[in-house]
Amino acid sequence: MSANMLPSEFVVNVDHERCRRCKRCILNCGFGVFDFQNMTTADSSKCVACHRCVVFCPEEAITVTQNPLAFRENASWSVGLRKQIWKQAGSSGMILTGMGTDLPWLNIFDHLLIDACQVTNPSIDPLREPMELRTYLGRKPDRLEVSEVGDGEFKLASPVADNIKLDIPIMFSGMSYGSVSLNTHRALAIAAERLGTVMNTGEGGLHKELYPYADHIIVQCASGRFGVHPEYLNAGVAVEIKVGQGAKPGIGGHLPGEKIGQEVSGTRMIPVGTDALSPAPHHDIYSIEDLRQLIYALKEATGYKPISVKIACVHNVAAIASGIARAGADIIYLDGFRGGTGASPAVVRDHVGIPIEIAIAVVDRQLRSEGIRNWVSLIAAGGVRSSADVVKAIALGADAVGIGTAALIAMGCRLCQKCYTGNCSWGIATQRPELVGRLDPEWGAERLVNLVNSWSLEVKEVLGALGVNAIESLRGNRERLRTLGLDEMTADILDVKPAGR
Amino acid sequence: MQLAFGDGFDKWRVDSSHVPAACGLSGLICQDGRMVGGDVIIESMKVIHDRGNGLGGGFAGYGIYPRHSDSYAIHIMFEDAAGKASCEELLEQSLEVEAAEEIPTRPVPGIVDPPLLWRYFAVPRRELAVAEPDIDDFMVRLVMRINTTVPGTFVFSSGKNMGVFKAVGFAEDVGEFFRLPDYTGYTWIGHGRFPTNTPGWWGGAHPFNILDWAVVHNGEISSYGINKRYLEMFGYECTLLTDTEVMAYLFDLLVRKHGLPLPVACKVLAAPFWKDIDSDEDAREKELYESLRMTYASALVNGPFAVIVGYSRGMLGLNDRIKLRPLVAATMGDTLYVSSEESAIRQVCPRPDRVWAPRAGEPVIGQLKGDA
Repeated sequence: MSANMLPSEFVVNVDHERCRRCKRCILNCGFGVFDFQNMTTADSSKCVACHRCVVFCPEEAITVTQNPLAFRENASWSVGLRKQIWKQAGSSGMILTGMGTDLPWLNIFDHLLIDACQVTNPSIDPLREPMELRTYLGRKPDRLEVSEVGDGEFKLASPVADNIKLDIPIMFSGMSYGSVSLNTHRALAIAAERLGTVMNTGEGGLHKELYPYADHIIVQCASGRFGVHPEYLNAGVAVEIKVGQGAKPGIGGHLPGEKIGQEVSGTRMIPVGTDALSPAPHHDIYSIEDLRQLIYALKEATGYKPISVKIACVHNVAAIASGIARAGADIIYLDGFRGGTGASPAVVRDHVGIPIEIAIAVVDRQLRSEGIRNWVSLIAAGGVRSSADVVKAIALGADAVGIGTAALIAMGCRLCQKCYTGNCSWGIATQRPELVGRLDPEWGAERLVNLVNSWSLEVKEVLGALGVNAIESLRGNRERLRTLGLDEMTADILDVKPAGR
Repeated sequence: MQLAFGDGFDKWRVDSSHVPAACGLSGLICQDGRMVGGDVIIESMKVIHDRGNGLGGGFAGYGIYPRHSDSYAIHIMFEDAAGKASCEELLEQSLEVEAAEEIPTRPVPGIVDPPLLWRYFAVPRRELAVAEPDIDDFMVRLVMRINTTVPGTFVFSSGKNMGVFKAVGFAEDVGEFFRLPDYTGYTWIGHGRFPTNTPGWWGGAHPFNILDWAVVHNGEISSYGINKRYLEMFGYECTLLTDTEVMAYLFDLLVRKHGLPLPVACKVLAAPFWKDIDSDEDAREKELYESLRMTYASALVNGPFAVIVGYSRGMLGLNDRIKLRPLVAATMGDTLYVSSEESAIRQVCPRPDRVWAPRAGEPVIGQLKGDA
């Protein structure tokens, strides 16, 4: 029994008849579950069910099961709640966790159905016809001026601001170097380049080695200003001001000192081993007019590259987004409450914020009602799990989506939620050199490219079924969505009709 | 089946699903300004009778009201006298009405239960006109206001020196009902409707009109939802929830309000593919098309359509970007013909100089010549 009186969550079983005693499991487990005394032994209390040992055991001798321990059933006091109390009674502290919320909140994406063409309008076959996913992120003018330059020849007579050109409406969300390993950043950068999209640095700066990927990087400037300097600000196609994060609205970043080694320290410009706790607010942003100053300071510093502002989706998100658009941002990155994190207090992760589906719907509607939708691009993130979610988010009004958790899962992540320990056996959310080394950036990039290409094919297939051949005809086209099993008020807020209407 | 006018209005206005329809269309413009009778377009539409199903037909003629050419010719359908009275009160507040009369009709077997059909020749009141920088905007708002707030009342034509005539019935019957052979015009467009899932309703027939724009359309706009929301940003209210209405308002927005040349507006509605833009060797055109797609992404009309658009000095035929509906064009001397089928052109012009099938997204435009 552990000091917290907590029984193990999982049971690790080694089949000693199959085990060859190769000790690979001992090497692979980042959490120190395995030991060897004449035979392989397992300390189940340390297991997080990351499956690294299971996958790498050549004899398939290891099984990990849920601890079948019975708890007296109690609908009010779930086992999870009881465990939290045991933990806190033993430790006196906030419960820290990683990744997005695992509570069974209503998932609105799963209550939206997509339309298709039958007879009266033809569907389009993406295998035989062009199907366009190209997306431009940034400010567009309300209207263009065009002048005639000769017989039937025309030219553009008004300028269009620089935009980020994406071949696909899917980008990699900000995950900081420090929270994730350098090899993870490498894999994301390589994949972003191959896919014709962008990765976001997160708040931990950008390792010099990745500067050549500038055309596929958005650099982030968060409240801690980790790794922010003029060269960094110009090391990408855009700068993102991170105001908030879906997994932890209203609070700053938490990177434990254990994850701050020499390289992270150099990139973040902070001492080795110090906890990197970014402040809850930016200390130069106490209102919207302050945000405007930072937006324009960054524009000045970068020769007027697009500026993105990332916010967590909270109750008043529509009005906040409108203010951000009017403050001069070119992109608004909306992070829903299901978004992931490397470390967050569980109470905030599990209970603060609103879903991305609602946020994107109300923000898109607000900007349209003010006639300023063209001023900004909207990125929907925090809970995008599949190509179906991509389609639904775009139909609700997003220009593009950001994926973080899905990208990590592609590279091996099992959602064990222990990122903050720095022991990630998959080499993702760790800085321990022996663990980092297991994530081959080339292999990781290939997995990411495969995943996103698969999703792109699926999005094209759905577009074809919808009878459109360009992503912009899906964007904000809520007419092609229907709700199933959503209450009337939620459907009304989404501006989506129920199935059958 | 035909719905009573008031019921139909409610159904069309309240039922929030838009209505798919397939159709036959035909149009002609005499670019030398020659006037031809409405019997010509009726004759052309007769041949493509089978492309409609009797649930909607209509026409627009340009140059038909020379005596009132400086006034807005406002055609209105009323469910009953009460609707007419309250609408006329609203008109009186906003407009100086020069003439008001019933639209002349003759009984035709296929046309039953017409609503009250009236037309008004009017201009905005001077005091209001001074306060309003753009008279056309004023008229657009007035039409939207009547169509959304006055019960049982529907403005179906609001241009100058042009008029829309439409009803439930086959196109050729509708033409005879409205006595079109009695009018002469330099442009005529016609439409026979084949709605797939709704009863016919007079207001729902084509052409759709706002100001001088009259649109007849064969197709279903798969991007309808976003096109509608885009238009709403600019104050257009899509009250009738049909694809065609969206098309009419998009032309009004892009050409009249934003000042895009018509051929450029067509590159918004039926945008060139990126692969063609990327390989365009003309840098100026490449920049223009890329900027158009970025800025007007929500105005791309996606899905099958063939459309004929009439406007004060011209007529346009346009297909969607992969040509999913038929459209044929022909010229004979100074006359341009556009139709769903070649037969409808040859019916009224047996030996055209040239007949061709316009390519996907390539507009065919006829314009009145300089002094015509």
